This record gives sequence, C-alpha cells and structure tokens, in this order.
Amino acid sequence: MDLTKTPGSPPGEPEIREMLLNVGPAHPAMHGIIRIVTKLDGEQIVDTDVEIGYLHRGFEKMAETVDYNGVIPYTDRLNYVSPLINNMGYCMAVEKLLGISVPERCHYIRVIVSEISRITDHLTCVGAGAMELGAFSVFLYMIKAREFLWELVEMVTGARLTVSYCRVGGVKADLPEGFDERCRKALQETRKVLAESDALLTRNRIFVDRMSGTGKISADDAISHGITGPFLRSTGVEYDVRKDCPYAVYDRLQFDVPVGTRGDNYDRFLVRMEEMEQSIRIVEQALRDLPPGPFLAHPETGRPIPAAEMVDEGKIGNIAAIVDARAVTDPTLEGAAKSQHPNIEAGEKRVFLPAKEDTYGNIEGLMQQFKLVMYGHGIRPPKGEVYFPVEGANGELGFYIVSDGTSSAYRVRVRPPCFAIMSALPKLLIGDMIADVTPTFGSVNMIGGELDR
Amino acid sequence: MNAASLIQAVKDRFPAGVKASHSYRGDATVILGREFLLEAARMLKEDTLFQMNFLMDLTAVDFSTFGTKRSPAFFANSGIAVSPSPEIPDADPWPGPPGGHPSAGAAPGTPGPARFVVVYHFFSLPLKHRLRLEIPVGEVEEAEPEVDSLSSLWASADWLEREVWDMFGIRFRGHRHLKRILMYEGFVGHPLRKDYPVNKRQPLIGPVN
Amino acid sequence: MSDHAGFFTSRLDEAIGWARKFSIFQYPFVTACCGMEYMATACSHYDVDRFGAGLPRFSPRQADVLFVVGTISHKIAPVLVRIYEQMAEPKWVVSFGVCTCTGGFYDNYATVMGIDTIIPVDVYIPGCPPRPEYVLDGLIKLQAKIQIQHSTGQRPRPEVRPEFER
Ligand code: SF4
Repeated sequence: MDLTKTPGSPPGEPEIREMLLNVGPAHPAMHGIIRIVTKLDGEQIVDTDVEIGYLHRGFEKMAETVDYNGVIPYTDRLNYVSPLINNMGYCMAVEKLLGISVPERCHYIRVIVSEISRITDHLTCVGAGAMELGAFSVFLYMIKAREFLWELVEMVTGARLTVSYCRVGGVKADLPEGFDERCRKALQETRKVLAESDALLTRNRIFVDRMSGTGKISADDAISHGITGPFLRSTGVEYDVRKDCPYAVYDRLQFDVPVGTRGDNYDRFLVRMEEMEQSIRIVEQALRDLPPGPFLAHPETGRPIPAAEMVDEGKIGNIAAIVDARAVTDPTLEGAAKSQHPNIEAGEKRVFLPAKEDTYGNIEGLMQQFKLVMYGHGIRPPKGEVYFPVEGANGELGFYIVSDGTSSAYRVRVRPPCFAIMSALPKLLIGDMIADVTPTFGSVNMIGGELDR
Repeated sequence: MNAASLIQAVKDRFPAGVKASHSYRGDATVILGREFLLEAARMLKEDTLFQMNFLMDLTAVDFSTFGTKRSPAFFANSGIAVSPSPEIPDADPWPGPPGGHPSAGAAPGTPGPARFVVVYHFFSLPLKHRLRLEIPVGEVEEAEPEVDSLSSLWASADWLEREVWDMFGIRFRGHRHLKRILMYEGFVGHPLRKDYPVNKRQPLIGPVN
Repeated sequence: MSDHAGFFTSRLDEAIGWARKFSIFQYPFVTACCGMEYMATACSHYDVDRFGAGLPRFSPRQADVLFVVGTISHKIAPVLVRIYEQMAEPKWVVSFGVCTCTGGFYDNYATVMGIDTIIPVDVYIPGCPPRPEYVLDGLIKLQAKIQIQHSTGQRPRPEVRPEFER
C-alpha cells in the first residue's frame, strides 16, 4: 500500500489521514484509570471513545451482602477524596427509610465535616489539574493545605481518609476537645494557600491560555447529560442540592452558589476556588451555631418506662408491656464513664451503634453493639424504597435503597455524579487539540471509585 | 408540585398506563406499563406542568428473591434459634414490589409477576420536583427483557442504559450501541442479577481464586 | 583465587546495592483510594525524597520499582501484567494497600484477590489505606531488600518450605 498518498488526492498534494491515538488506561496524565481512544486530524480531535470500568469493585453487589452499617466503609471508598459526604448521604438515605431524624447537633457536625471534605476534594482536583499543566508548586501547596484538613479529620474521626464517621442515626463520636480552635487555624492556613494559589494561577498567562476556551459545554448539553455540581454551575446554571433541596441544616446557613458563564475549564477552576471559600464560610458559621445536646438519634418509638418496672413486668411474663418500651434509668445507675461524655444519648437502640466508650465500657453497650453487628441481626428497616440526594463534591450524589425488611439492603444504588460528567467527555473533547485533553480531564475531576463503583 | 399532585397529574395524562402509585416517605412514585414509557417520558420532559429536564438516575432492581431471604438464625445447627431484632414498625407501609411478588408465583393462565423493575429518577430544575418512574419488565420469563431507550430524549440515558444492560441484562430498544460498560467483553452473565453469585470470578488473566 | 573474587564481588554488590537503594525510580500504578495516600506521602509533609525515591517515572521502561496502588480489578489486571513485563531488570514490586495485598474487603466477582496471584511482589504494605508512616516503613524495608540483592538483580533464592507446597 502506498502510504504517501490517499487514493483520491491529487498528485503532489500532501496526504491527509486521520490517526488513532490511545490514551490510557495507565497514563501519567490520567489520574485514575480510564482509556480514551482519540481520532486525530493533525492535532485536532475529531472523535473519541471513552472506556471506563477499570475500577469496578462491585460496590452495589457488596452492599447487598452486608448489613446496613456494614455498607458505610464501602461508601468511604466511593469518592475517596471526600468520604464524609458519601457517609452522610448514605446515612441520611437509611434514616429516611427508617423515618427517623437525628438531633440538631448531629446535623451540624455532619455539615462541618462534609464541608471540610468538600474543600479537600476541590483542593485535590485543582491541585492535580494545575500540576498536570506544569504548576507543580501549586500542587504542593494544595496538598499541604489538604494535609492540615486531614489532620483535622483525623482528630475527629480517627482516620485520615477512609473515615466511616457517620452512623445511621448519628455520628461515631462527638467533636473532640479543642476542635474549634484547631479548625479555625486549619481554615486560616487553607485560606492562605488559596490566596497563594490564586496569585499563582488565576492571572497566570500560561494557565489561562490552556484553560480558557477549552473543554466547553453548553448549559443545555450539560443538563441533558445529567451533569450537576460545580461542573454544571460553570455553565451558568444555578443548581445546588444544598440550596434547591436543602437537607440537614443547610437552609439555615448563609452561603453563595458561585456560577460561571462560559462552561469551560477556566470557569470550572474559578467556580471550584470560590466554592472552597464558601465552604470555609459554612464551616465557620456552623461552628459558631453548633448547638449543645445529644448527637445521636432520639428514640421516636418506644415509650419510656422505669427500668425497675420493666424488670417486674418481665418477671411476671407480661411481654406485651415491654415489647416497645425503653428503659429509663436513674442517672446514678449509668456507667461510670458517663459523666465524661455528657452528650451521649441512649436513644434508639435498634438503630445505631453505641458510643465506643459504651461498647468497651459496659455490658449494655457491648450487647447493643452485638445486636447490631452480628450476622443476621442489625438494623431492620421496614420494606420500602427511598432516594436521597446530597450535594457531593462533584455534584448530586444520590442513594437509592430498596429494603425487604431484612438486616441487609435488598438493593443499594448510588448515583455517581462523575458518571454523568464522564459520559459527556467526548462532547468536551471533540474539536479541541490533543493537548487539551489534560486540562479538560483534570477539571472533570474523575474519581474512579465513584465512577466505576 | 408536591408528591400527591404530581402523581395525580401523571394519572390524569395516562389513565390507562399507570398501574399503581405511592408516595412512600414523600418520594412520588408512579408505576407504569412498559409500552407507555417513551410517551410518558417525552411528556414529562416537554410538558410545562412537569418540565423534567434532568434524568437524574436510571437503574434497575431484580426482585426475584424479594421476601425469600431468610434471616439467618444463628446457632441453627445446635438447635437453638436466635430471633433477630424486630423490624421497626412503619406507620405508612410501602405497597410492596412494583411488579408484584415474583417469588409468590402466579396463578396459571395469568401473566407472572415481573422479575425486574427499571427505575427512573427525574428532576425538574425550574420547578424543583422529583418523580420516580418504575417500569416492571420481564413478566414472561424473558431471558433478556426489553424496554424503550430514552437516549433520544436525554443524553444521560446513553451510559446509564449501558450500565443497566451490563449489570442486569435488560435490553433497551433503540439504543445506538448497547455494549458492556463496567465489565469487560467476554464476561458472561450480569453481576447484579440475584442469581449471579457474589464471588464468581471470570478473570482475564491469572487463576480463578 | 576464588576467595578474592568473592571478596570483590561482594563489595561490589554492596556498593551497587547501596547506590540502587537510594535512587529508586518508581512507577506509580495508581488506580484507587490508596492513590490519595500515595500523593500525601510523595508531597512535602512526608517527603519521600528523603529516601531517594522522590522522582516518579511515568514510563515503565525507566522505572525500577512498581508501586501498585489501589484495587486491581479483573479488567485492569492484564494491563498491570503488561506494565510489569515492560520494566527492565532489576525490578521490584511494592503492593500498596490491602486491596493489592489480598483483595481487601472487595471479595467479589470484580476484583483480583491480591496481585501476587499475577505478578511477584517484594514488599507488602497493608492498610486501607496505609498511613504515610507505613509507606515509609515499607520503603525502608524495600531498601534493605535491594541492598542485599546480587548485583545482577538476581533475587536471593526463596526459602524452601515443603510443608506449604501444594
Ligand atoms: S486498600 Fe483500601 S484504600 Fe486502598 S485501594 Fe483498597 S479499598 Fe482503597
């Protein structure tokens, strides 16, 4: 075959042919594993095919095999950059299924930690995206800031990344002593880093040239693809689950939803930068308003009867009287460790795990723990189905749960926000240069665990 | 619109198509015959009353083992049964699987209950309401049941339908290239079906461990 | 004669081992959550550069340590093996995170139950994800291993344990 000429081209003319270029699955500019097959005309992309699924770990199938509390660690690993938001989304979905509500303080704590998570997510996204364009120092700064926030997260949850902090009906533990101060300090550091990065990037000629005008999408296309979150907002559509379908206590907090105008990479960068600022604002307000009180769910079923009376009823065999009852004890009879944890509430025992101090400290706590974690026991919500959306770092993160009344969910489906964005990737890339794949892919913020589950 | 009026509005438009509806925990849910899907979806998108411009989620549920899962009694082999904690009571109960109880079996001569339910979650950005649409499929023991594809109406349906095909083996009529998305070519079976064992591996390389 | 030769080669081995262990060029094969901790370890807080492993190479042909970071699914497994085969000897493999060590808690149809079923592994760093301190510890162990290795890259013969043979 004569490779120098296309059959139909006139003699002497340079031959024009398209070239296939395969990027990924293991490619340095792809943080995460995904394969993009591009068809190039010179440097321009004329067609692409995106192949995903390299990190499919069977989340949905696993969730059917473990009990309701057992799913929480799996949710950590969906969007592993902001696990606390996933925890919150899942727990709120189960709470909706159970029809219970959690106390005020718990809502505030969840809001605080999930906003911290959102900041770390955006920091990683912007930092990694900037690194791929050559701004390595920005990456180091942002990871430094993330490290401060992770130390904070570790202080609250005991883990840096895979936190499993939320519980159905509450959170694992109250905020630790001195959290306020540490948090303010960390946020200040973050602000400093944001200002530095802003100075390094926002008006940086190289950065702006590579980001603006690339990876463009119109608002209509974005909506049709089901894109939500910062990505949608960069096209000028003001949709934020926290504002439009408020959950927890977001309707009581003041924050703005930044929107872009052009829907290109640069706008997405600006939106993310501004969102971090807003998240810091939310955390500060929530810390200021944090009400005292219990952080685990109040019992809504079960009438309280004194413990001694309950024992008596039990002794005479009157089971009917104590089936739905909740024993209340004299405060002096509580475990010795109780006074140190004034906020721990002995609430709905059929739903949430006891505080760790109780599990290790007294027999009731241990039994309650066993009744919830033992195989075949655990939370048993009524039969039903619910969908609950929260605003994840990438957009609407929804959990759809079907229960068949047993201790493990019949079906858990998660609506992954970056799945929608990735499905629009061909649209974002076609027409751009091959070098624009890097910034576009960076601003998509693909998270493998969430995309492929 | 709130859940009740939303359901009523859909019912008014499709008196024949709506099989059932409920608003369990406030989620407006309409169960529709599968032949009405495309028409109903178009109406939901275009009608000024609904304006559902987002197809937020599309998934399926395999109801074939619904209600048959036994809560494992713990010391069963020693003869001591331990009953698990009681179910938490519900004031407003859920009407049950949308396609009927597949495990219950059907009376001879009548169409059997549906095995799968394809679940659509719609959201309207201008009106801020959500609707769940459920389409029971697979009544007649079809190996690969089929529903209409919504990819002509919402671009998001494209990948989501591929995922449902991959995970459940439900075909979408009118989809451009229905191929696997999360699993690889050469994978046999559909992992989220209830009869696919959770740890049945089909490695491309290396041992089956 | 052989005494002297032995003396020289062992000194040479030592010198080469010393040089190798402080110039680790790693290839991070990052797939999942552990990648976040990998990033944290590589950045300024924990500074993996102190151990001479600060320069990740994104080409397998230039790298001598393969860091397998994150869950390996059956779909990506052939790619991993291919990358491993492309690396030049001497090469080492670090399995980072419990998913790569044993499959972790993803015991299901999609994941490989430990990458040692498909490629040889030198150092296992468990943890889900391992903390940066663990990673540094694993790296030091790897360095010790590199140090005692023969200069041709041949590994010390594995211990024979017939009782575990199948
Ligand atoms: S070991 Fe844990 S953190 Fe690491 S990839 Fe596996 S699940 Fe994620």
